[in-house]
Amino acid sequence: MNTTVVAPAHAEPRDFLCREEAHPHSGTLLGFWLYLMSDCFIFAALFACNAVLGTNVAGGPSARDVFDLPGLAVNTALLLFSSVTFGFAMLEMARRHKRAMLGWLAVSGMLAAAFVGLEIHEFATMIAEGAGPGRSAFLSSFFTLVGTHGLHVTVGIIWLIVLMVQMGKHGLTEANRRRLMCLSMFWHFLDLVWVGVFSYVYLVGVLR
Amino acid sequence: MSHPSASAHETGTAHQDDHDATHADHGSLRGYLTGFVLAAILTIIPFWLVLGHVIASPQATIVIVLGLAALQIVVHMIFFLHLDTRSENGWNMLAFIFTVVLVVIVLGASVWVMYNENANMMPMSPQYMQHKQGA
Amino acid sequence: MPDRPAIWNFLLGRLSLSSLPLDNTIVVWTFVAVALGGAAVVGAITYHRQWGYLWNEWFTSVDHKKLGVMYMVLATVMLFRGFADAMLMRSQQAIAFGSNLGYLPPHHYDQIFTAHGAIMIFFVAMAYIAGFMNFVMPLQIGARDVAFPFLNNFSFWLTVAGVVLFMASLFIGDFSHAGWLGMPPVSELRQSPGPGVDYYIWGLQLSGLGTLLTGINFVVTVIKMRAPGMTLMKMPMFTWTTLCTSGLIVVTFPILTATLFLLSLDRYIGTHFFTNGFGGNVMMYVNLIWVWGHPEVYILILPMFGLYSEIVATFSSKRLFGYSSMVYATASIMLLSYLVWLHHFFTMGSGADVNSFFALTTMMISIPTGVKIFNWLFTMYRGRVRFTVPMLWTMGFLFTFTIGGMTGVMLAVAPADFLLHNSLFLVAHFHNVIIGGVVFGVFAGINYWFPKAFGFRLDEFWGKLSFWFWQIGFWVAFGPLYVLGLMGVTRRLSHFTDPSLQIWFIVAAFGAFLILLGILSFVMQIVVSIRRRDELAVGNDPWGGRTLEWSTSSPPPPYNFAFIPRVHERDAWTDMKKHGYQRPLEGFNAIHMPKNTAAGMLLAGLGTVFGFAMVWYIWWLAVLSFVALLAAAITHTFNYDRDGHLDAEEVARFEHTGNWAPKAQGTTA
Repeated sequence: MNTTVVAPAHAEPRDFLCREEAHPHSGTLLGFWLYLMSDCFIFAALFACNAVLGTNVAGGPSARDVFDLPGLAVNTALLLFSSVTFGFAMLEMARRHKRAMLGWLAVSGMLAAAFVGLEIHEFATMIAEGAGPGRSAFLSSFFTLVGTHGLHVTVGIIWLIVLMVQMGKHGLTEANRRRLMCLSMFWHFLDLVWVGVFSYVYLVGVLR
Repeated sequence: MSHPSASAHETGTAHQDDHDATHADHGSLRGYLTGFVLAAILTIIPFWLVLGHVIASPQATIVIVLGLAALQIVVHMIFFLHLDTRSENGWNMLAFIFTVVLVVIVLGASVWVMYNENANMMPMSPQYMQHKQGA
Repeated sequence: MPDRPAIWNFLLGRLSLSSLPLDNTIVVWTFVAVALGGAAVVGAITYHRQWGYLWNEWFTSVDHKKLGVMYMVLATVMLFRGFADAMLMRSQQAIAFGSNLGYLPPHHYDQIFTAHGAIMIFFVAMAYIAGFMNFVMPLQIGARDVAFPFLNNFSFWLTVAGVVLFMASLFIGDFSHAGWLGMPPVSELRQSPGPGVDYYIWGLQLSGLGTLLTGINFVVTVIKMRAPGMTLMKMPMFTWTTLCTSGLIVVTFPILTATLFLLSLDRYIGTHFFTNGFGGNVMMYVNLIWVWGHPEVYILILPMFGLYSEIVATFSSKRLFGYSSMVYATASIMLLSYLVWLHHFFTMGSGADVNSFFALTTMMISIPTGVKIFNWLFTMYRGRVRFTVPMLWTMGFLFTFTIGGMTGVMLAVAPADFLLHNSLFLVAHFHNVIIGGVVFGVFAGINYWFPKAFGFRLDEFWGKLSFWFWQIGFWVAFGPLYVLGLMGVTRRLSHFTDPSLQIWFIVAAFGAFLILLGILSFVMQIVVSIRRRDELAVGNDPWGGRTLEWSTSSPPPPYNFAFIPRVHERDAWTDMKKHGYQRPLEGFNAIHMPKNTAAGMLLAGLGTVFGFAMVWYIWWLAVLSFVALLAAAITHTFNYDRDGHLDAEEVARFEHTGNWAPKAQGTTA
C-alpha cells in the first residue's frame, strides 16, 4: 500500500485547523422541524385513505348523517384560540416574564384539553349511534385520521404540563426555552393539520 | 432536500453564524393578531359556504373550500410558524417545499391511481353500487 | 384464546405451551444451536469479565463510531440468519419436484421467504447502511459526533428491539407468511389469525422509528456540523449521499409507519381499511406500502453510490470525475424515487394512462443512475488503478449492477411486466441490484474502512477469495432464475410439478452454495486478520485517502479531531497533504463530550416488552410497559446534565500515544 505522502514544497501554506474550540451549535430546532415534516407524511397517508375510502359507507351512515358541523365550528375555534394564546406565551418568554408565560401556557393547555374533550364526546356519541370505526371503511378512515390528530394534541398537552413543571423548577434556561420553542412549533403545526381536517374530512365530506 | 446551486454560496454554515438557536424569531403581538384575524376569516367563509348552501354546485364549493384551506395553511405558516427564507439558512423553507411537493404527489397520485383501479377492477354489480352509496 | 382457566388467559394472553413450535424439528434444532451458542457467548463474556467493558464502552456509548461498529455487527449476525433462510429455500426448491414434496411444508416455507426478505432489507441492508453512515459521515465532515448523540444510541437499540421481536418469532409462535411487505388480504386477521403478522408489524414499527430518528439526526448533522469551509459542493460524495438518503428516510418512513398502523388497526380493533368487505380496499395497502417501498430501495442504494465514489477516486488516485453531475444525479434520484412506485403493481389494473406515466418515470430514473456509472468509469479511465479488495468489489458492482439495472428497465416496460410480474425474473432482478449494489458495496466498504475503525487492514487473500466466490456464486445462483422467470415460473412456490425445470434449480442451489463459501471466506478473513493484526497494522492513511476521515488516527480518538479541520478544497485531506500539513502535538483544548447513557437501551427495552405483549394480547403487560415507557421518557427529559468534557491533558495523551503510536503509524501526517 502506498502509505507515505510526499509534501511538495512549492504549495503555499494554508491554515488547516481551528485552534479555538467552537461552541457547538444546537440543531434541535431544525431537527424538530424535520420531525414535523415527517409527521406531514403520516397525515398524508391518512388523508389519502380518507380521500380513497371516504365514500365507501358500506350501507352504513355517511358523512352527512354523522357530522355535527356546529360542534365542529366550536372545536375549530378552540384550537385556533389556543394557537394564538400559545403565541402570547412565546412573546412573554421572549420578554422573560415567567409568570405571564406560564399563565398563557395554562390557558392554551386548557383550550386544547377542551378540544380533546369535545372530540371524545363526538366519538362516543357516534359509537353509541352505531357509527363506530368498525362500521365501514369511511368511518375507519374518519376515526383514524381525526383520532390520530387528537392523539397528537393529547401528547402536546402532556408535554406542555411536563414543560411547565420544568420551567417552574429550572426557570427560563436556554434548554427550557429551546424545548418550549419546539412545543410551540408542534402546537401550531397541529392547528395547521386541523385546517386540513375540518376542510377536507368534514366540510368536503358532507358535500361529496 | 438538495439544492446545491442555491446554497453552495453560503460559506461555512453552522460554525460561522453564532446566533444562539433560542434567539430565533418569536413573532410579535401584531403578527399573531393578524394571523388570528386572517385565520378566523378563512375559517368562517368555508363554514358559511357549506352550512348556508350558498353555492348551488357542490363541486364549486369543494374547490373553494380546499382553496381557502390552502390559503389558511399559508397564513399559519407565515404568522404562527414564522416560516421564512432566512430561518436555519433557508433549510426550513427547503424542507417545507420538498415536503409540500411530495405530499401533493402522494395525495394526488394515490387518488388518481386508486380511482383508475376502482374504475377498472372493482365489481360494479347493482348491489355493490347500492352498498357504496349507502342507500 | 387457548382453552384454560380465565386467569391464565389474563396473565398470558394467547400465549401457551402450544405456541412453542415443538413439532417442527428444524426449528427445535435451530433453537438448540442458538441456545448453546448464546450460552457459550454469555459464558465467555462472564468468564473474561467483559460485561462492564461492553456496558460502558459499547452499549451505553453515544459515540457514533462505536454505534457504527455495533450496527455492522448486528447486520452481519442478521446476514447469517437471512442467508440461512436463503439456503433453506434454495435446497427445498432444488428437490421438491413431482412426488417429492421436499422437507419444508408450505406454511413453514412461506414464513421463511417472508423472514428472508424482511430481515435482509430491514436488519441487514438498512443496518449496514446505518453503520456506514454512522461511522464515516461525521469523520468526513470533520465533526466531533452527530447532532443528537443520545438519539443515535436510541435509534440503534430500537433497531435491536425489532431484531429481538423478529428472532423471538422463530421460537415463540410463528412468523408472518404474508411476504416481506405483509400484503393483505393474507396479512388480515381472517387469513392470518396467529401472532406472525403481529410480530412483523411491531418489529417493523420499533425499528422503523429508529430509522426515522437516524434520518433526522443525520440530516441535521450534515447541515449543522460541517467543518468551517466545507460548503455543500465541497462535501465528500459519501456525505452527499448520506444527506440525500437521510432526507428520503424522513419523508418515507412515516408512510411505512402509518400503513402498518392501519393494518394493525384492522387486526386489533376491526377497522376496514384493507379488508374485503365493508368498503375496505386491499389495493390501497399495496399503493401506500409502495409509496414507501420504492424510495426505500434508493435509501439502500444511494449511500452505496457514495461509498463506491470514494473508493473509485481513492484507488484511481484521481479526483472523482464529474462531481457536480454526481451531486445533481443524486438529488434528482431523490425526487424521482417518489414518482415511480406504481411500477410494482402495473398488473393491478390502473389502466393505460396511469401505467404509461409510471413506466416513463421509471425509465427516467435510470438516466441519473447511468450518469453515475459513466462517472465512475471515467474516474478510472487513465487513472493509476490499484486492484485492492475494495476496488475489486467496486468493479464487480459496476458489472453486476449495470446488468441488474438493465433488467429493471425491461420490467419498467408495462406490457412486458404483465408477463414478468411475480415471476422468478423479478426475483433475479432485485437480487441482482441489491446484491450487486448493496451487498457488494457493504463488503467494499468493510474492506475500505476497516483499517480506520480498528487500526489494521483485512487480509487480502481471504478477501479476494470471498469476492470471487460471491461474484461467481451470484451469477450461478441467479442466472437460472432469470431463465426460469422468462419461462413463466412464478415466485414463492415450495413445490413444482414440471421435472424439466429441476436442473435449473439445482444449478441455482449450487450457486447459493458458492455464496455460502463466499460468506465463510469473509468470516475467515476477519478471523485471520485479527490473528495477524500486528502484521497488518496500518497508519492513519493506508490507502492514500482523499477525505478527512484519513487525517485522524486509526482508530480515531473519541473526539475524532483534536482540532476541528478547516476545509479549503473538495478533497480536503488530499489538499492538506499537498500543502505539507503537519499534525500539531501541543496547544490542545479541553473538548466537550456527551455523557454515556443507558436511557436508549431502557426505552427500547420497554418498547420490546410492549411489542411482545401486543403480539400475544397480554393487555396488562402492554398497558404497564407503555406507561413505563412514557414515564421513562419523561424522566429522561428531567436529566439536564448530559455533558461532560475531556480535558486538555487527556487529549494530549491521546494525541501523543494512543493510536498514533509510532509503530503503527507509517505515514507522515
